[in-house]
Amino acid sequence: MTEPGNFEPIIVGFTCNWCSYRAADGAGMARIKYAPNVRLIRLMCSGRMDPVFVLKALSEGADGVLVTGCHPGDCHYVEQNIKAMRRFDLLKKTLAEFGIEDGRVKLIWASAAEGILLAEEIDRMVAEVKALGPLNWKEIAWAPEELVPAQP
Amino acid sequence: MSERVGVYICHCGSNIAGVVDVEEVSRWAATLPDVTVSRDYKFMCASLGQEMIEKDIHELGLTRVVVGACSPHLHEATFRNACKRAGLNPFLFEMVSLREQVSWVTADKKIATQKAKALVAAGVRRVVHHQPLEPIVVDIDPNVLIVGGGIAGIQAALEIADSGHHVYLVEREPSIGGHMAQFDKTFPTLDCSACILTPKMFSVGQHPNITLLTWSEVEKVDGFIGNFTVQIRKRARKVDTELCTGCMVCQEKCPKKVVDTVFEVGMAKRKAIYTPFPQAVPKYPVIDVQNCTYYLKGTCKACEKFCPTGAIDFDQQDEILKVRVGNVILATGYDLFDPRRIPEYGYGRLPNVITSMEFERMTNVSGPTAGKVILKDGSTQPETVAIVHCVGSRDKNYNNYCSSICCMQSLKFAHLVKEKTGAKVYNFYIDMRTPAKSYDEFYQRMLAEGTVFVRGRVADVTEVTRTPDEEGKLVVQLYDTLEGRQRRIPVDMVILSAGLEPRRDAAELGKIFGVACSSDGWLIERHPKLDPVATMTDGIFIAGCAQGPKDIPASVAQGAAAAARVMGLIGRERVSLEPIRATVNAETCSGCRICNNLCPFNAITFLEDTGVSDINQALCQGCGTCVAACPAGAISGTHFSNEQIMAQIEGLLAVDFQAMEGQPV
Repeated sequence: MTEPGNFEPIIVGFTCNWCSYRAADGAGMARIKYAPNVRLIRLMCSGRMDPVFVLKALSEGADGVLVTGCHPGDCHYVEQNIKAMRRFDLLKKTLAEFGIEDGRVKLIWASAAEGILLAEEIDRMVAEVKALGPLNWKEIAWAPEELVPAQP
Repeated sequence: MSERVGVYICHCGSNIAGVVDVEEVSRWAATLPDVTVSRDYKFMCASLGQEMIEKDIHELGLTRVVVGACSPHLHEATFRNACKRAGLNPFLFEMVSLREQVSWVTADKKIATQKAKALVAAGVRRVVHHQPLEPIVVDIDPNVLIVGGGIAGIQAALEIADSGHHVYLVEREPSIGGHMAQFDKTFPTLDCSACILTPKMFSVGQHPNITLLTWSEVEKVDGFIGNFTVQIRKRARKVDTELCTGCMVCQEKCPKKVVDTVFEVGMAKRKAIYTPFPQAVPKYPVIDVQNCTYYLKGTCKACEKFCPTGAIDFDQQDEILKVRVGNVILATGYDLFDPRRIPEYGYGRLPNVITSMEFERMTNVSGPTAGKVILKDGSTQPETVAIVHCVGSRDKNYNNYCSSICCMQSLKFAHLVKEKTGAKVYNFYIDMRTPAKSYDEFYQRMLAEGTVFVRGRVADVTEVTRTPDEEGKLVVQLYDTLEGRQRRIPVDMVILSAGLEPRRDAAELGKIFGVACSSDGWLIERHPKLDPVATMTDGIFIAGCAQGPKDIPASVAQGAAAAARVMGLIGRERVSLEPIRATVNAETCSGCRICNNLCPFNAITFLEDTGVSDINQALCQGCGTCVAACPAGAISGTHFSNEQIMAQIEGLLAVDFQAMEGQPV
């Protein structure tokens, strides 16, 4: 297990193809150095964000999960980010019941132009999760994939 | 699972290899389950790189391909095509972004290599769950919508209309022409703006393939590339254009004068029934109902009395039009920076401080002073004139960017002032930027004409004088960065070369059409260098200043470029869309209808006879919101299935943060 003090968290980040994934591209093109702790997954929309993905990431060893999408009103699919936001609020309540600290799971909005903002948010979140310490959920016997029926 | 995965790690020259140990990542990837071959190469996107993949598909019988290189937004299509050429379904490919997400944003080489491994592991685990897919083919409606009737929109409209396709050109002002119609001369050739623009405006007005909708605005857009439905509000002109001959007797007889804040930028008055300028296209006037005496007081109707054809229609209502188009070009232009925001320059307070557009109108023979360059007293010619560059541009307090046209415009002003008044002209500049064809030659010419160039940002313009020779003058204060001293220069007139800004409603326009704005507010192009007129939304193109500040030649070039892109799509008649769609498994759907209200495209309907929900594949846009919401897991999202994403999560977390050389997961 990681020694306390030099703990480096791993955070899984979910991005929207149209805004935050492009913001990450933009951060790259601008050569902005940000914390390497976040590993991104591209979805078509934050609306695709199944709460089970968050549970899956935490149970596979992630110390935090970052969900990103277009600013409210700017959704590529009209208003699906609003649905993501509603879903996220419910998820947060459930996670609090599980004892997951508030700072571990975050939702932020980042437009395609906001590479700098995304990088700053990532840095801020990594610092916050570092302060919280490792989650160690992987050790708990827990298989969230059972919650999602397999698809043909 | 018995997939045969090929992994290819790109060096991208030193872009990736300079930070990520690509050989190590490649060696390590070879040890991952299902991986048959793993290689690294200097430039995967080069033909040799692509041929390497094709050869391996043939010789090693690869069934899946992963390329770790740049962002999929750059080269996903390239490698999908390589797979396709080798007979592998292109959707059995996965791209991992090792450049934008690793090497360009990470300083520590070991940690970067470790992150690269995690992303590659996720890609490999994801790709084994990929399904072969076929693109969705849709027809392209050959009609085109162009929003904005400035020079960029006019150019695009004529190009497309001349190719034989129909264009709806929507302009919110009463006439097309845009800012170019307001200018006097154009740089660097000094030819008359109206003389080169009016014939084009006339062609638009006469063209059988152009439906010109002025005094109109787009309210709503539905659909996707090839198949947009556009709702346009055609505001009531209060003039029946079937009857109106454009004789303009109404304008002459109208007793109500209103300050024209649009075309004449507040320097002259127009009537309550008007066309903005004599060469307006279309020739039909509009009634300004906010200022018309009849609408305010219920009496007058002078226009109606004198109209020889009975064209005035006070009861005319706005019309809502619905048109179907396949492609859209947004050419909505710019707003001029308002120099009132820089109070130290005195604009709005000191009468002889004017904006660049006010000077354009003043020097224009058809403008408010009939082309005479004079002070606000209405008769005196200035003896000294200051032209201030970069007003609201290259200034962190206002706009960081260079407005690109102001240097050349200021040089043009210097020439016109000298030509018309013989006055001494000062140009106050930070840097001179004259990069386009024949531009620097124009600068040299102005130097030879004797215009004085003073380098430094003007600190303030004041009428508070200190010496007798400043008496009655405006004093321009600045730090001259070449002479290294503070200077006070007395002048009679100050012209502020105001910068260009995004339209104040550019964000709302972007929302209507699904196009994002940059942090500065300009509409974002698909790629800043390689795809400047396309946007992230297929079928929506941008041209002219809507995309960023530019001069007339560049706007015309973009208008033509956007038109060419649209004509290319029309010529193909149909287009392939990513087959990313949601489908309902009728076997497992419980008919709970939770998904029914989630779709903003109304793609989901409940089938009463079978008691299950169904998704219309033509309407579905593939966001995946219903997939995530289905409590029975009965909806699957093509290419973003639960299996694919779950596998990707596992892969991402299979590699620790700290470097563990040579250890397979």
